[in-house]
Amino acid sequence: MEQVWNRFRYAIIALGVLLLALVSSLFVVPETKQAVIISAGRPATIVNMYRPEVPYGQTGAGFWFRIPLYDRVQMVERRVLDLDMDNQQVLTSDQQRLQVNAYARFRIIQPVTMIERAGDEDRLRTQLSPILTSVLRQELGRRTFASLLTAERGNAMTNIRDTLDRQAREYGVQILDVRIKAADLPEGTPLQAAFTRMQSDRQEEAATIRAQGRKNAQIIRAEAQADAAKTYADAFGKDANFYDFYRAMESYRQTFIQGQGESTMVLDNDNEYFRQFQGQP
Amino acid sequence: MLDGLKARLGGSFGALAMAGKKNPWGSGNGGGDNAPSGDKPGNGDGGSGGDGPRNPWLPGGGGGGGRRPSNIEDIFKNRGPEGPRRGGSTGGPNFRLPERPGGKSWVPVILVVIALIWVTLSSVHFVQAREQAVVTWFGGKYAETFNSGTNFSLPYPIQQVTATDVSRTRSEEIPKKIILTGDQNLVDLSYIVRWNIKDLTLFQFQLDEPEETVLEAAETAMRSSVAEKTLDTVISGEGRADIEQNVLTRMQAILDGYGSGINVEGVEIDKADPPEQVIEAFNDVLAAQQDAERELNQARRFAQQLLAKAEGEAAEFNEIYEQYRLAPEVTRRRLYYETMEAVLANTDKTVIEADGVTPYLPLPEVQRRSRRSAPAATPAPTQQGGQ
Repeated sequence: MEQVWNRFRYAIIALGVLLLALVSSLFVVPETKQAVIISAGRPATIVNMYRPEVPYGQTGAGFWFRIPLYDRVQMVERRVLDLDMDNQQVLTSDQQRLQVNAYARFRIIQPVTMIERAGDEDRLRTQLSPILTSVLRQELGRRTFASLLTAERGNAMTNIRDTLDRQAREYGVQILDVRIKAADLPEGTPLQAAFTRMQSDRQEEAATIRAQGRKNAQIIRAEAQADAAKTYADAFGKDANFYDFYRAMESYRQTFIQGQGESTMVLDNDNEYFRQFQGQP
Repeated sequence: MLDGLKARLGGSFGALAMAGKKNPWGSGNGGGDNAPSGDKPGNGDGGSGGDGPRNPWLPGGGGGGGRRPSNIEDIFKNRGPEGPRRGGSTGGPNFRLPERPGGKSWVPVILVVIALIWVTLSSVHFVQAREQAVVTWFGGKYAETFNSGTNFSLPYPIQQVTATDVSRTRSEEIPKKIILTGDQNLVDLSYIVRWNIKDLTLFQFQLDEPEETVLEAAETAMRSSVAEKTLDTVISGEGRADIEQNVLTRMQAILDGYGSGINVEGVEIDKADPPEQVIEAFNDVLAAQQDAERELNQARRFAQQLLAKAEGEAAEFNEIYEQYRLAPEVTRRRLYYETMEAVLANTDKTVIEADGVTPYLPLPEVQRRSRRSAPAATPAPTQQGGQ
């Protein structure tokens, strides 16, 4: 060992230095990042820049060299990034308030511009966020409340995306998509009013249902009565005279036997009932 | 290697044996040998020490004579540092790595073996049935994608392999949220999204936050799909399949637009209820439906009773009429008498028989009788009314 050291001392030292230099000048660019090599403060080279048509494996990711100390490498996200907008109150053209929650998806397509204008992804987000909000407000403010709830919203979203994209290009950013996650009625009066309206809607429905029920019941009863009358008429109509007699008999029984109260009868002996009583033939 | 070990052990045993021999308290053999040596110079191991008679108080020469067991220094010289010294003296070859028969070091061999194991372990990959694996060069450049089965790559730091279960269904439960419907009503909706990975490369390299993106796409799609429906169709369930299908299509379009490599398997609406604040009113509608149904039932009951009664009476009349037609006079009379009989049997009767007799109509008596049966609380008006 010592022999080796003695003989190749300088070679070994040189090898070590070389290795160190190699390690500090080599870096790996993953597929998910774009690397900007900044030479003495000026962005010089972009490694693995996003180009949609290039398939993975040929994008330029992998090993890359830099001059230690002279070159600085800044990694910039290559994937699709997320820009969230918190709940914002938007006034529609018909003066209704709407609580809107939106998001945008974007990609950094010009990392150098992005670094020059914003610095890094976080700062980029803080700069894009107010732009998204104001574009959204402007565009939605031109539309009526009702139209925002329907499919026409798709058109609004395209407009918003285009406008935002135009402004975001200055940051080297491409906006892929802007979408409204939620368009709600704001808490408080508008929401309460909607609830009240829903309640009264339902109350109306309930009342209608009950009334319809009563109406239908009445119709059923009436029809039944008509049917009964017809049945009676069909039967009794055969002999009105006999019906009169028969019904009278039934009525007497009903009145005097099953009826309430006591009955006292004052009968003339001319009564039909007493015909035999008097011994008349 | 074994040889080396043996040699090492042999050395140790040798050292032990030597120490034993030199041990002053050791075997009697040592003592025996040394006893005569005092008298016979030149004999024994300590012979070189001195010639004449030994002075026991004189320190022995180099030989380490037998009869000086009390010499502490000697004892310690031999025995004391036995452990470490032995290591020191015989350990020279001990600490050196064992040598191959050829006299060369084992180090390269061991290194090669380790490297071989390393290479084998990190370049053969058993990708499981539902998995795929992405291979990258040094964690950077994308190399290839492994499908399930046995795959070979370059060893670890050169090629790095990440396996992911692609066909496992991920299930995201979105809790209840109030969503606006097309008729500007509100519905409280919760749903489940199931998805898996259809392109692992895209999934890993395209999106910063794939899971988050799935959730946001789901919410967007759900809200715009619900906004196309009325509250009733959402709640009643008749529009549910429609909405679920719409959400799935929309979500998939959004996610494909990002090139996310995500496949949406299904969207299921878990619960679609009116918001809590108005649920009472909705329940009242259900109650109203029950009420209406009850009204109808009552009406139908009444109708059935009425019709049955009519039919019964009609049938009765018909039967009797049949008989009546056969013998009209007799039947009529019979009916009349039977009825009168029944009626008069139950009533008070006053018969005025002859002409010229003024019948005394006992109206007060009648009144009294009726008063007796009348409720006790209202006697006064009745009395007044009577007089």
